[in-house]
Amino acid sequence: MTTVSDGVRAEEILIASIADMLDGLSHIAVGASSPVPGAAAMLARARHPDRTRVSVLGSEDNNFFTDGGKELFDCAGQGRIDAFFLGGAQIDGQANINLVSVGDPDKPKVRFPGSFGSSYMYFTVPRVILFRLEHTPRTLVEKVDFISAPGTSEPNIYRPGGPYALITDRCLFHFDREKGRFSLASVHPGHTVEEIREQTGFDYDEPADVPETRLPDTKTLETIRGPVAAQIAEIYPGFAAEVFGIEKAA
Amino acid sequence: MDAIRLDLDGLAARVSDGAKIALPPDYSYCAMALVRAIIARNVRDLHLVGVPALGFQADQLIGAGCVGTVETAAVTLGEFGLAPRFSASIKAAGIRMLDATCPAIHAGLQASEKGVPFMPLRGVIGSDVEKRRDDWVIGQNPFAENDPILMVKAIQPDFAVFHAPLADRFGNVWVGVRRELMLMAHAAKSSLVTVEKIVDGNLLDDPVRAAGTIPGLYVGAIAEAEQGAWPLGIPGGYDADQDELARYVDMARTEDGFAAYMAGTKAVAAE
Repeated sequence: MTTVSDGVRAEEILIASIADMLDGLSHIAVGASSPVPGAAAMLARARHPDRTRVSVLGSEDNNFFTDGGKELFDCAGQGRIDAFFLGGAQIDGQANINLVSVGDPDKPKVRFPGSFGSSYMYFTVPRVILFRLEHTPRTLVEKVDFISAPGTSEPNIYRPGGPYALITDRCLFHFDREKGRFSLASVHPGHTVEEIREQTGFDYDEPADVPETRLPDTKTLETIRGPVAAQIAEIYPGFAAEVFGIEKAA
Repeated sequence: MDAIRLDLDGLAARVSDGAKIALPPDYSYCAMALVRAIIARNVRDLHLVGVPALGFQADQLIGAGCVGTVETAAVTLGEFGLAPRFSASIKAAGIRMLDATCPAIHAGLQASEKGVPFMPLRGVIGSDVEKRRDDWVIGQNPFAENDPILMVKAIQPDFAVFHAPLADRFGNVWVGVRRELMLMAHAAKSSLVTVEKIVDGNLLDDPVRAAGTIPGLYVGAIAEAEQGAWPLGIPGGYDADQDELARYVDMARTEDGFAAYMAGTKAVAAE
């Protein structure tokens, strides 16, 4: 992730692009090990400091929960969380995600940590943004080997939440919950629609004209590189040092 | 009533083969010294419950052959990556794995906390997590038409095993905002707790402190263990020993390396 367009880093394009999808929301929650979504949530908060709360798991400065590990999930169950992020070792064309294993789950070729809260948050949080930095046929597959959380459900299943978009290092897809399919929304600078087709293991819709993902404007860049970078350094010092060249304050 | 005060070995001796023990995640208060004492006793066939995820404690118990079943939403070493002994054991089908999702673990414990047989939970339906669990049932919301809902069987651990900054002589244990430990203690038949310090007086006397204190009622026995979370840290107390954790992750990549690490740690602890 070091591609630079007009002096803008690839991470900054992703942060701005995600923040646009979070604009004006009341409560954005971010799981562990998510520096780019974390920074995007902080950018969204910086734009609406009186309206937007951000909870980052594993952060001391950005976590106001006081009822133990369960409170985030209880909050989501009540509808008090508007947006959340999920990833996946594999993601398929129906937006099913796999955080468990590759191959037979009883004798896996590769075992990952596990599903965490995904099997639940995907149902309860209205706007779940899938985030995956490796966009290849290995990760974006036709069918996942294990469904940690399904992308769609039968109509009688209580489900106020679900997939909203999938953002990768190459492009942004929107998810159509009615059709149960992704649609290519924009291609990041330096990448092409042909390349996306080649590197995606599942089928998706593609409009006749696919725009390029917008570069962040000057004000957005200032906010990212100023307050957002400083806030993200508390939680992800390595990321902040690499992308923004700043060290965690003592 | 005064608490039962033991040393680490005495506390570890209470954990018998086949016990179901609830453990907190690495970012909470983990009783690493007690885990090493349990390993030293060669306990077998433990059923670990991660509340809701497991880390270094589980990897070491699994590597030492103490574990039969792992029930958790994840096993992760955080920024240190995949848990090496857990991964090796899963690939060799050496442990029974009960994959869960975080709020289902919490719900199962909450059922036990209330003394009821199950707890309903939204979501999860249609996932392979749900399909592979015999102890989860999809039922009907009795208050609505055609509203399927997951019912998670109560999880009652034999022991909640954790560390804390403070206890008093009555066995009251202060955990502050780490309330997953409160949930674990309420749900388990009993709790085995190590603490940095056992203080004079009664922690429940001060209402500010009492709100973050587990009453001695739930606590089976306590042991004083300074730096008892090492090499993990305790939030608000001391930081994790990053070099030591990295040394573990490096050595635990192989079975021999893991054995050498554990033998070395035992020697250091004995000094």
